[in-house]
Amino acid sequence: MFMWIFLISDAFTFSALLIAYGALRHRFTDIWPAPGDVFTHFPFIHGNVPLAYVAFMTFVLIMSSVTMVLAVEEGHRRNNRGVAFWLILTIVGGFIFLGSQAWEWYHFIVGSDKGAYILEDGRFARTDNYAPGSLFFWENYERTEVTGAEAERLVASAQKNIRGANLVENEYGDTPLFANFFFFITGFHGFHVFSGVVINIIILINVLNGVYARRGHYEQVEKTGLYWHFVDLVWVFVFTFFYLV
Amino acid sequence: MSDQHQPKGYYTGDIHNQYVEEHEVPKAKKVIWRTFWILLFVTIFEVAIAFAPLSKDVLQWIFVVLTIVKAGYIVGFFMHLFHEKFSFRYTILLPFVLIVYLIFIALAEGVYLNLID
Repeated sequence: MFMWIFLISDAFTFSALLIAYGALRHRFTDIWPAPGDVFTHFPFIHGNVPLAYVAFMTFVLIMSSVTMVLAVEEGHRRNNRGVAFWLILTIVGGFIFLGSQAWEWYHFIVGSDKGAYILEDGRFARTDNYAPGSLFFWENYERTEVTGAEAERLVASAQKNIRGANLVENEYGDTPLFANFFFFITGFHGFHVFSGVVINIIILINVLNGVYARRGHYEQVEKTGLYWHFVDLVWVFVFTFFYLV
Repeated sequence: MSDQHQPKGYYTGDIHNQYVEEHEVPKAKKVIWRTFWILLFVTIFEVAIAFAPLSKDVLQWIFVVLTIVKAGYIVGFFMHLFHEKFSFRYTILLPFVLIVYLIFIALAEGVYLNLID
């Protein structure tokens, strides 16, 4: 029960972060980058595969939620080996997710080959790895393209070139807020996943030592399971409101 | 000590559901995998329609509804909230009315600030 009370407070924190994201996104809706245009990488695939990797990460987290609920299920039957087996798979899933997030952060921070330009007249123009020599302007999620000599002229006279992302500026849109929220929300969630993995490892050690078999019940596994499902639940919302919408 | 001889309710006093203890095991596993397939197909569907030629407003509402469906399955079946006692269920769920209110005022404010810009 107290795990539930904690989860409510945690859910309120995440709600506040996501609602702040929504409010500022509506405030700057004309210059906000389209997420489908930012997260386009997939390991070992050269080309534009928007959102595929985030979908894969979602799959990993849902899968690890399933293995966790199966561990809890084995706990109800007091099957120590079963609990240990499913817990190990859950921990593996957690590590895959954390690795994926590190990979995604890396690509987000490094950015594209040419980055973005602040043009002479102050406009913000992006480039595309797969359309070299072209410039793209974004307004209200509509994309306009400038190519050829005109693009070259604009680049030559540009005030500034921005590569990748940090807390002050980023090449994805003419506002630092997008990158700030990305780092904050996915970072906060990733830290929750990391904590969950650490807690799961501690519980696994206890299971392997037969602590819960001696105690006669696996309530501790169940509480950890609640936390782990909550992390999955938060990701469902982050996935929708950060990546899809 | 005290809960050594209890056949079923081996929980140590927390309000907890009896469902997971009483129902038979194959059914529980079936529910888990059914929930998994639903979550997976909804996610694939979401990514698929993200690039469909629909208006942005329509897409947004589809995403919101599907997200609430997914959240419902996770909370209800993975976290077993649907099988908790009535009072416990609503102690957990009712505070989120405040979140709905916060969404309303924060988004209205964002849209307004954008309009007067």
